[in-house]
Amino acid sequence: MAAEFRFPVEASHILMFARSVGDANPIYEDAEHAAGTEAGHVIAPPTFCQSSAQFDPDYFLRPKVGEPWFGSGKNPTGDPERLKGGGGTGLHAEQHFEYHRTPKAGDQLTATVIPGKEWEKQGRKGGNLKFREGITEYRDQNGELVVTARSIGVQTEKVVEKES
Amino acid sequence: MALKASELTVGDTYSEIVVEDLKRTQLVQYAGASGDYNPLHTDEVFATQVAGYPAVFAHGMLTMGMTGKLMTNTVGDGRLKKYGVRFKAQVWPGDTLEAKATVAAINSEDGENTVDFEIETTNQDGVVVLTGQATARVDA
Repeated sequence: MAAEFRFPVEASHILMFARSVGDANPIYEDAEHAAGTEAGHVIAPPTFCQSSAQFDPDYFLRPKVGEPWFGSGKNPTGDPERLKGGGGTGLHAEQHFEYHRTPKAGDQLTATVIPGKEWEKQGRKGGNLKFREGITEYRDQNGELVVTARSIGVQTEKVVEKES
Repeated sequence: MALKASELTVGDTYSEIVVEDLKRTQLVQYAGASGDYNPLHTDEVFATQVAGYPAVFAHGMLTMGMTGKLMTNTVGDGRLKKYGVRFKAQVWPGDTLEAKATVAAINSEDGENTVDFEIETTNQDGVVVLTGQATARVDA
């Protein structure tokens, strides 16, 4: 993950993001409607800052030109290392957002990524669990803090079993 | 419409079915919008044959995003101050999720009225898939 990158908040991206979470609220797609609301503008849905991954040049969960990708193609994975098995899974454990104001279409945000704490725990289902915290600060074109995001990721030792 | 502190009581609940029979296509749609193309969420062949899961499963952030729809529908647009969740169980294609927010506290500080919510999202079998908290600005 890049330590700092630009994140332009664009109306068409907000529209696509809102559709993907099944939210038909017109404030995410209709500038005329939005102008008549308290917010006064097309705004971003609460979890929209997660999609800043689109603008992170190093984001590892996006296929990149000229680089191998671990999803299926001719074979079930493009990364033979994955076929050896025994590997666990990186999962998202927690996510927290603090809104200093609501991001709106047209904002030119800058994301700054700050590494957080790391710890280990014995899991109920997935063996040993390694936790890692990351904090991302989103500042606007005036340098004002808009959103603080805190993410906790967990690396499991084994595949997590389906709840029956 | 924003909520009014004077009309709220601790224990009030708001709930909404945020997805019914979750489709794999929606996982692809979320991948495309969010930028997280992890094959665990988008590639059934990889998820089952390589990673060993019974199917692809939803991004945790999709469940948080869908639950966020309940929060903004409840408190109004641009009213959230904080929204945080813990992912408790995986969400699978075919799942139907109900999000529920319960008023936990009503606060007034420096002329600003806020409400704290406890959040829980459960699947059709009653399994809790997400828990969380949110704080929103409300009118007096």
